[in-house]
Amino acid sequence: MRIEKVIKIKNPQGLHARPAALLVQIANKYGVSLKIKKGKTVVDGKSIMGILMLEAGEGSQVHVVVEGESAEEALREIEELLENAEPVE
Amino acid sequence: MRNQLNKVLEGIPASPGIAIGPAYPYGKERFVLYRKKISEEDVPKEIAKFEEALIKTRQEILELQRNLSQKGAASDKIFEVHLLLLEDRMLIEDVIKELKERKFCVEYIFSQVLKKYINAFSQMGDSYIRERTADISDVGRRILKHLLGQDEGQPLRLEEPSIIVAHDLSPSDTATMSKENLLAFVTDIGGKTSHTAIIAKSLEIPAVVGLQIATRVIKSGDLLIIDGNEGKVIINPDTKTLRKYQKEKDRTIVEIQQLESLVGDLPAETKDGKKVIVASNIEFPSEVDSVISHNSEGIGLFRTEFLYMGRDDLPSEEEQFEVYRQVAERVKPYDVIIRTLDIGGDKFLSQIEMPKDMHSFLGWRAIRFCLARPDIFKVQLRAILRASAFGNVKIMFPMISCVEELKQAKSVLTEVKRELSRQKIKFNKNIEIGVMIEVPSAAVISDLLAKEVDFFSIGTNDLVQYTLAVDRANEKVAYLYRATHLAILRLIKTTIENAHNNGIWVGMCGEMAGELPLIVLLLGLGLDEFSVPPISVPKIKYVIRNVSFEEAKKIAEQALLLNSADEIEEFLSKRMKNILDRCISDNVCDVCDLTGLMPKKKRSKKRG
Repeated sequence: MRIEKVIKIKNPQGLHARPAALLVQIANKYGVSLKIKKGKTVVDGKSIMGILMLEAGEGSQVHVVVEGESAEEALREIEELLENAEPVE
Repeated sequence: MRNQLNKVLEGIPASPGIAIGPAYPYGKERFVLYRKKISEEDVPKEIAKFEEALIKTRQEILELQRNLSQKGAASDKIFEVHLLLLEDRMLIEDVIKELKERKFCVEYIFSQVLKKYINAFSQMGDSYIRERTADISDVGRRILKHLLGQDEGQPLRLEEPSIIVAHDLSPSDTATMSKENLLAFVTDIGGKTSHTAIIAKSLEIPAVVGLQIATRVIKSGDLLIIDGNEGKVIINPDTKTLRKYQKEKDRTIVEIQQLESLVGDLPAETKDGKKVIVASNIEFPSEVDSVISHNSEGIGLFRTEFLYMGRDDLPSEEEQFEVYRQVAERVKPYDVIIRTLDIGGDKFLSQIEMPKDMHSFLGWRAIRFCLARPDIFKVQLRAILRASAFGNVKIMFPMISCVEELKQAKSVLTEVKRELSRQKIKFNKNIEIGVMIEVPSAAVISDLLAKEVDFFSIGTNDLVQYTLAVDRANEKVAYLYRATHLAILRLIKTTIENAHNNGIWVGMCGEMAGELPLIVLLLGLGLDEFSVPPISVPKIKYVIRNVSFEEAKKIAEQALLLNSADEIEEFLSKRMKNILDRCISDNVCDVCDLTGLMPKKKRSKKRG
């Protein structure tokens, strides 16, 4: 299964070290392939280096493409993470 | 390629003396890499080598993480990010792709890829992400070390007498470094009171700092002359220059020996019978030898940070106790003043992840850190108290800025004392407590603080930096850093008066106490104790023995009426010269040009 979704980042930490790390962990946990697009840049969602290079701060929009058996569950968790206005530990 | 002959670099003189020897470049960033071409068949072997380095690095980070979480430190999260960076597929794929395409050895390819990422990250607009550069280079360095087969954290040991050339030296660098064969320090950055300067003085080796381009210009094995008096470094000197400095070096050694034989173990007593204490600042227990050989009257400042640095765990009570006890027993019957942990500012612990606010001299450091971490603080206090049963131990709290803070620290001490009493463990129940006066607010309210303690020790390095708002490690504002600024002298005067009015004594353990022209001024202001690097002890005793307290008081009075640091320094230098001139005409000795204040032709021919 392949799902795409545009998500607006509400997390005050943006897609920075801690949320970026959690994102990689989610992708690995569900064994899905994850692509994240911002503007013209597309990066592998399993690469923390790639995610950081997007420089996606709070309020920016990213286009998420999840592919794999558990794509739905993975996307749900990703949305929770990025749309959560509370900073994560 | 070797450097040309007699190339001279000018920097800031940070520790006096002359050293001659080969350069030893030292630094975390420094790896010797060769760009070795490989063949098609070698590619899998290089990839395997890369994988092996990644596995080793992973084990290393996991171990660090485990050690930290065992200690209950909350923030091992940073290692989680490090592990992800380590396993980052973008990075790994990049390395393998480049390896196959360009066919160079993996160390070289990896360093190039790493450089590319570091460059990209350091140019990011988002400051938070830009700061991840440090994490990437940290992980990168670990991997590179494993690729090159070097062990992380292997403390430096010099095989032959050498001069360390570094961008900067951190306290953990110097704490783990073996002091054997160490001739001198040369660094790109730093000022007169930077950590490198303080360590060099306590090790009695010359140092020149703030050279800016030293690490770029000086190559491994270049022959160097370090002139710590003038702040010069001469690279690959010709024989004539070499001979000149060799002579100067020999002469300095002779002069110091003469001064020592002249003062010997005589007390620091003025001509009219006023006695002061001249004690030593030390950083490592091994310096006690030097304390004793220079006839220092005890230790006025025992810094304890070395116990905590360059290791993964915290020092146990037993380990600390052993160190404090041995030092106390060796300097008996004199005092040893142990300063409680003064971490933060420019000194960090590797065991505890330090939040950014510790990197500020105004932030969470020293007593502030200790009060927030009673678990760490109490262990040290227990160890110090236990050692007090074996010698004349005193306790000193750093960075006190208000009365409440001092009261809090004292109540923790009382608590620890009660515990020890309950456990029937011996300690000196009347142990003297002091505070460092190094924050301007503490100097201003020293009348109130004096009622709470047994002594003060003025820490001028921080006092000057805080009062004048001059970062002492920043060479661009170094010219503003003046201990003779009237604001400083007035704060010192106030502190001494407030102490004496409350019947307690005052010492000084900053660099200022060891500066020759200032000794008479401080004596005249009523300072009771001078604590300086062991090597400076005879010099200070010598000056004190050659003036009267009455004369010193007059000099201090006159100096404080002047209008600027320049005027004060000029006045004090002149008065010092008069005093030294007088010693010479008394035929006391001919060693006084050690000070750099005396014209050479005035030297007496007679030996004292």
